[in-house]
Amino acid sequence: MVSTTTSAATDWPETIYALLKQYNVRQVALVPDAGHSRLIKRCIADNDMNVVTLTTEEEGVAMMLGGWLGGQRGVLLMQSSGVGNCINMLSLGALHRTPMPMLVTMRGDYGEFNPAQVPMGQATQTVLEAMGTLVNRADKAEDIGASVEATLKFAFNTYRPTATLIGQRIIGAKTFGKD
Amino acid sequence: MLTESGKLHRRALVGAVLEGRGDLAVVAGLGAPAWDITAVGDTPLNLPLWGGMGGAAMIGLGIALAQPERPVLVITGDGEMLMGVGALATIAVKAPRNLTILVLDNEHYGETGMQETATHHGVDLVAMAQGAGFKTTQRVNTPEDVPALRRAIHAKSGLVFALAKIDAASLPLVLPPREGAVLQARMREAMLGPQAAFE
Repeated sequence: MVSTTTSAATDWPETIYALLKQYNVRQVALVPDAGHSRLIKRCIADNDMNVVTLTTEEEGVAMMLGGWLGGQRGVLLMQSSGVGNCINMLSLGALHRTPMPMLVTMRGDYGEFNPAQVPMGQATQTVLEAMGTLVNRADKAEDIGASVEATLKFAFNTYRPTATLIGQRIIGAKTFGKD
Repeated sequence: MLTESGKLHRRALVGAVLEGRGDLAVVAGLGAPAWDITAVGDTPLNLPLWGGMGGAAMIGLGIALAQPERPVLVITGDGEMLMGVGALATIAVKAPRNLTILVLDNEHYGETGMQETATHHGVDLVAMAQGAGFKTTQRVNTPEDVPALRRAIHAKSGLVFALAKIDAASLPLVLPPREGAVLQARMREAMLGPQAAFE
């Protein structure tokens, strides 16, 4: 059991990458987050994935609509603060009934050091749900695979925005050298 | 096509740009551009937007990446482009060769009472696109500029940003369908075939 836990704790970015491949996700829109850095590297190295680094996260919401119109599945990777940037653009998913899976690494959530991260981090789930997004949380590394799979399935099978919030308990808090 | 102001008539311009459009997919930003493409002729290959202000160009990028053999045109207003202007950087980095962005610049927010936009005060979206890395940009000021734009849209030989200074007159509303699920489903079927509904 211990080895399984250790493996999930370190390998969850690989698990997500494998799920993106399994569900044929071809467009990966992102604003970088340290929590997603390993996954981002894997996606960039994959010639069958179009990785688009955004100026701001709501661009990715609009892009997922375009990708779906053109027959390619997309995903949006971002930090919890980026969810706030997406609010109005998520109306596109509700209006057009577009699959829009989002994988959100949390800040301002568990053991946060930076007070500026807290307001948006605490509001992330509420804001997403207010805009009609189905939200799953993963607060243990071993739960990430099942949660992300549920988020992808729910988006592509039922045509709507969905999200997995990956808790800061898994990612850890950035302490700027002040542990 | 030129009005008394010396600027292009927006609907005549859009009609000329879409002439012989073939398999061209068109995304129109909310407000007057959506009414313009509908006035020229509603078709499943039109996505007229009712919301998502600032997102038109990025929707175009998603389509262009997914459909690399199809020309894709985004027609939007100066206010809508300014709201999502960072997308110019995002799009220029990807530089799909089948995407054109055409801004109809009347220097005003037309749907809300004709308040001035930043372009009225000298902000130059062509220069911003060039700064973002668009290799091909075009200013469309006269009817004679349209054939070159139309060729560029269909050539699929490089990312294009075009800007037309248009007459600011508001024209009669020609509303497209409002049901977003219908707009999405019909465009998917037109681009992907009937099997798109089974995805």
